[in-house]
Parts: sequence; structure tokens; C-alpha cells
Amino acid sequence: MKPPPFEYVAPASLEEAVAALGEHGDEAKALAGGQSLVPLLAFRLAAPSVLVDLNGVAGLDHLGADGDRLVIGALARQRAVERLPGLGRRCPMLAEAVAQVGHVAIRNRGTVGGSLAHADPAAEWPALALALDGECQVVGPRGTRTVPVEDLLVSYFTTTLEPDELITELRLTLPGGRVGSTFVELARRHGDFAIVGVGALLGLTSDGSVALARLTLIGVGERAVRARRAETLLEGERPSDELLDEAAAAVDEAISPTSDLHGSAGYRRQVARVLTRRALATARARAEGKEEGPDGQA
Amino acid sequence: MARREIELRVNGRSLRGSAEPRTTLADFLRDELGLTGTHLGCEHGVCGACTILLDGRSVRSCLLFALQAQGSELRTVEGLADPDGPLHPIQEAFSEHHGLQCGFCTPGFLMSVCELLADDPDPGEQEIRAYLSGNLCRCTGYQNIVAAVQAAAGKLREAGAGGPGGSRVAPRGTGGPGG
Ligand SMILES: Cc1cc2nc3c(=O)[nH]c(=O)nc-3n(C[C@H](O)[C@H](O)[C@H](O)COP(=O)(O)OP(=O)(O)OC[C@H]3O[C@@H](n4cnc5c(N)ncnc54)[C@H](O)[C@@H]3O)c2cc1C
Ligand code: FES
Ligand code: FES
Repeated sequence: MKPPPFEYVAPASLEEAVAALGEHGDEAKALAGGQSLVPLLAFRLAAPSVLVDLNGVAGLDHLGADGDRLVIGALARQRAVERLPGLGRRCPMLAEAVAQVGHVAIRNRGTVGGSLAHADPAAEWPALALALDGECQVVGPRGTRTVPVEDLLVSYFTTTLEPDELITELRLTLPGGRVGSTFVELARRHGDFAIVGVGALLGLTSDGSVALARLTLIGVGERAVRARRAETLLEGERPSDELLDEAAAAVDEAISPTSDLHGSAGYRRQVARVLTRRALATARARAEGKEEGPDGQA
Repeated sequence: MARREIELRVNGRSLRGSAEPRTTLADFLRDELGLTGTHLGCEHGVCGACTILLDGRSVRSCLLFALQAQGSELRTVEGLADPDGPLHPIQEAFSEHHGLQCGFCTPGFLMSVCELLADDPDPGEQEIRAYLSGNLCRCTGYQNIVAAVQAAAGKLREAGAGGPGGSRVAPRGTGGPGG
């Protein structure tokens, strides 16, 4: 189908973009990569009367490391992140997750800010942000605020952003040292939204016990979640096979999957446990230097 | 909504036309510019039939509005071979290896392959399948498409001359999406 009529404005600066959103309130929508919004328009599931195109806004697509932080402008394309040199070695979880977002043509347009704001419960970026202590910079008519992604995500396609607020930047912390990570998914075909996806990161002390554990899951409820009790089980302990089994079983209480045509809730619980166990084994092998991450170039 | 003027370059030619804000780039190419080589299957980003190159990068033309292409450089399937000349090596390879049957999906595949071979002149099967995962074909079963891409890569490497990044196929745009 074709999108319904709308008015189109293309601001050149962030101030103008925020002003345009403020002026039209609920009637207006920001347009970033359009890879989620335009299908919604085509299906007539959204019918904003004004589209505020962010693509011409200067200074929103920056991308770069700042110490152990990775700073990603909201308009940076997912493909640009994927092509960061050395990403696969620095943070395998990030490289593997981004390569599983849709297809090359989708990632060429789709933005990091758009994915966070869209808050699809099966999207990779919210989970990455949870695993890597992500925080967003949010700008609106009342000023600038910093929002941890944990507090941004609410439920299916719902965030705590006001209609006149924009995400301008995502900041991730990439832990260093003896760290291993991965992102694994079950999807019908390469590029499809995950039925279930799991990100795992383990940091080890010099004597080999777990100093840092991160487990995030997608496709298992109304939003991306961190499995905090499973993380606590791991931290301070030796990452034995038995402990990984136990941690994988513990993700069950963090998730609330529902049934749909791709799988029942019970199936998703089962897949979540199996994928978590595999992801933990890979993260452990990488942290111990027994396995390398992807080379980061698709 | 009022129509607005749009100026852009398609396959190296400067063109102009006008469109309402809600007109997609795909409809603009087909209906306003008469470039019907770009096909439309799903109109919501899933099938890949409408794939074109925008500033050197593959994009879904059904998920862009025509107004957003103001001033940009597009490549469509019409730009691959000269009207009176031989087929482009990628097209030749698709023909020789039966990489198409009905041909509906083919323009989208060809444009995705342009980007792939510009990024990597010698891709392995897994990489080919990953790059083409966003293009659906209901006829071929993909096997022959993968073979065609491998053959096209070989032809282009043999032809040398800067490989598929040569200006006729996939110009690396300045400031294109993904850099
Ligand atoms: C075929 C297909 C497959 C896909 N597969 C996947 C997948 O496997 N995994 C996945 O994660 N995604 C997938 N996507 C979605 C894709 O990643 C989107 O690009 C992304 O979710 C939204 O980013 P966008 O820049 O395109 O946002 P848009 O579509 O432009 O916008 C989405 C929403 O976010 C709002 N918004 C955008 N930018 C901002 C901002 N800076 N501040 C505040 N609000 C903003 C918009 O108003 C809109 O409501 C797929 C899409 C397609 C078409
Ligand atoms: S018509 Fe654009 S992806 Fe199907
Ligand atoms: S050749 Fe018929 S859809 Fe691909």
C-alpha cells in the first residue's frame, strides 16, 4: 500500500528539528532511516500529519571511540557501525549483533537512534545497549537529559521519550581486559527478526574467575531484558560447565515470552536457555583466549 | 499535498521531476521518470525488488521518499548496460548461469550484487548469501544466483580495470549512507 498524505519538513539543525516536533505535538513524527516508520505508513498503522526528516540535520551521525566508550550519533547508520575497523576484535558481541540486523540495504539506511526509539522487542540495538551500559543523550524543548537505556525502554514499541524529544547520541562502554562476548540468535532466515536472541559477555580476573557478567535477551517479552540473577550467579565464581548450565537455567525468571506464529511461549523459553548456554560457552572461550572474535568486516 | 520539484542524477544523467511528499522514490522513478526497470513487490522493505544504489550504497527505494533523494546520485538497473551495447558482466553471468527465470526479482539482485562486488571483488559463498539475504526470488531457488555472482566476480576480476568499483557500476559516493 501507499503511505497516507503528510506534510514534509527537512530541518537543517537540531534546534529546528526539535522546534518542528514541538509545534506539531502528537501529529508529528521524526523520520530517520525510515526502515521501520515507512513500512508502518505503508500499512497505514501510522498516519502522522507531519514528518520531520532528520537526515539533513547536521552533526547527528558522528561515530567514534572515546577511551573505553563508543559514542554513536543517533543518525549513524547501522552499516557504518558494522564497518568500524577492528570492531569484531574489540567487541565481538556488537559486531555479531549488528550483522544480524535485517540486510545490508536495511543497515545502509537504518540508524542506531531509530532502532532505540522504535523499541522493537526483537531488535538487537536495545539489547546491545543494555549489555554495554548504554545511555542516550536526549534533547527536547526543555533541554538535554541523559537517559540510561534501561530507563528508556518500556514495552512493545514504547519508550519514555516525549513526542517532542529526540535521541541525539548513544554511548556504550566496551569493557577491556580478559573479556569475551558474543550475540547469538535463532531466526527463520538470515536477516529476519530474531525469534530469540541472546547477548553474553564475560570478563575474567587474572585467576580465571568471573569479574563481570552480562546477559541480555530479545524476543522473549515486551522489551529487551537483562537476566540479572543469572549474572549474579556467575560473578565471583569460576565459569565451570555446571555454573554455565545453572546460569542458563536462571534466565527463565527474567523473561516473559508470549506465543505467536513463530513459536509458543514454552518453545521460546527452551530456546532462550539453549542459546544462553551456547553464548556463555563462546564468551568464556573468547575471554580465555581460546577462540577469536569475528574479524568485523562483513 | 502540494507537489515539489526534485532534481537528482540517475545513471549519470541529471533529471528533474515533481512529487508529493508521500510519493516513494520507487514510484517517482517508475511513474515520473519512466524508469520501470526498478520493480515493486511488497512495498514495505521485505522483498528487495526495488533495490537501487543511492550514492553507491544499496537502499530500498520503496522505503525512501522521492523528496529525500533531492540532489543525490542514483544507479538503477537501466544504468548497467548501454542501451545498444553488450550486457554488463553481472547481467551476462546471470543469463549464462540461469540466475533468473521470470526476472521480476532480477533488477534488485543485480543492484545488490553491484554493491557486494564493489565491497569485495572475490566473495565466498557465505558472504554472497549474506549480502543477498534481503532479496527474495520465487523462481530460481538461489543456487544459480550464487553461481552467477561467483562467475560475475571472476569476469570482473579478469577484466581488471579497477574491478567492479569502476564508475559504470558502483561509484563510491561522497557522504553516502554508511560512509
Ligand atoms: C526487511 C527489514 C528487516 C529488518 N530486520 C531487523 C532486524 O532483524 N533487527 C532489527 O533490529 N531491526 C530490523 N529492521 C528495522 C531496522 O533496523 C530499522 O532501521 C530500525 O529499527 C529503525 O531505524 P530507522 O533509522 O530506520 O528509524 P525510522 O524508521 O526512521 O524511525 C523509527 C521510529 O523511531 C523514531 N525515531 C527515529 N529516530 C529518532 C531519534 N533520533 N529520536 C527519537 N525518535 C526517533 C521515528 O519517529 C519512528 O517512530 C528491519 C527492517 C526491515 C525493513
Ligand atoms: S518493494 Fe521495496 S522491498 Fe519489496
Ligand atoms: S526469477 Fe522469478 S522471482 Fe526471481
